[in-house]
Amino acid sequence: MTTTESGAPPAPGGTGPADLQERFEATIARDQRVEPRDWMPDGYRRTLIRQIAQHAHSEIIGMQPEAAWITRAPSLRRKAILLAKVQDEAGHGLYLYSAAETLGVDRAELNDRLLEGRQKYSSIFNYPTLTFADVGVIGWFVDGAAICNQVPLCRSSYGPYARAMVRVCKEESFHQRQGYELLRTMTRGTKAQREMVQDAVNRWWWPSLMMFGPPDENSPNSAQSMAWKIKRHSNDELRQRFVDMTVPQAEALGVTLPDPELRWNEERGRYDFGTPDFDELVRVIKGEGPCNAERMERRRTAHEEGAWVREAAAAHAAKQASRSKRGMAA
Amino acid sequence: MSDTTTPRGDWPLYEVFVRGKRGLNHVHVGSLHAADDRMALTHARDLYTRRNEGVSIWVVRSDLITASTREERDPFFDPSADKVYRHPTFYDIPDDVPHI
Repeated sequence: MTTTESGAPPAPGGTGPADLQERFEATIARDQRVEPRDWMPDGYRRTLIRQIAQHAHSEIIGMQPEAAWITRAPSLRRKAILLAKVQDEAGHGLYLYSAAETLGVDRAELNDRLLEGRQKYSSIFNYPTLTFADVGVIGWFVDGAAICNQVPLCRSSYGPYARAMVRVCKEESFHQRQGYELLRTMTRGTKAQREMVQDAVNRWWWPSLMMFGPPDENSPNSAQSMAWKIKRHSNDELRQRFVDMTVPQAEALGVTLPDPELRWNEERGRYDFGTPDFDELVRVIKGEGPCNAERMERRRTAHEEGAWVREAAAAHAAKQASRSKRGMAA
Repeated sequence: MSDTTTPRGDWPLYEVFVRGKRGLNHVHVGSLHAADDRMALTHARDLYTRRNEGVSIWVVRSDLITASTREERDPFFDPSADKVYRHPTFYDIPDDVPHI
């Protein structure tokens, strides 16, 4: 309940730039959420638009590596699961575009920025899915890493982003568990299946660690994002959490993680691990990953091939609207 | 909720409200683009209720919503700010009086 004590000074009500800035900073300091119609610094708005849009693009491009296996899933059960998962990724992209639009950016504009390569998406989706075990490892590693990243974002200072993340995180757990279960099934199969799992683990481990971004000392925007509480933990902290979470899961599965430096550190109470090849990360982000061109080409083609559907729906809507107007006039 | 309309003639933006179960209010869950009302409703179902999150959906074009503005935030809500007597805790009742 809110009651104002009589005689208390009025809340700062000015609308000058200093008042607005002060009110914004007070909101952040109190751990309250910033909402779409609030005043916010241009840098905060720009950072959020970029981060949310790139997050959305990642979900949309992220449909492709697994979708490649829908028609080749080994059973109807796996096919239904995979369809549901890929549909979720599309949904996550749409929740995020919806959040980005509350910042005053147009959906079509965001789509153009992706298609023209002006905005990036997660480096991880530029790696190929060579076998069905990759579907399982993506669920386990990639969605597991996404959970590490996204759970703290549920407390992000921008309300619509935080709310979208709550929705995404609830669904992400299904993604991770279906992947792990798939791998468990394969590891209890034939020797060839076990080797297939280990091979997929070997290929995806390091790119998954790169998902958390460059090391903290090379992540210039992180400090500002953390001060604004858009981001809650540093890249290296989240990477460490992912490793700590995943090692026991790998042991339970009976696979080895391809890192000779990986060992338990009694003193820290955490795992020590090797350094990912961050030069590779830079190359993949720059467009030189194994599948960058293929992913972008697929997205552009899908958008172009969908044009007639969008046009037909718009024409139908216009026709219906003019009919109902005529009906009212009659 | 968003102020954006359709600057480039694309499908308009709709706001989506879902009733989670009987007995609860519809709650705003997000937005989507659709060519018309019916498509907005089916897209809302596919996007926001893939796991039985709702028993009823409202969609409304964002540009049809009237909302209080940021500029008038403080003055707009002023009338309720100084009426402490609207709250039950404003009134002193002796501790030994029951059920009040």
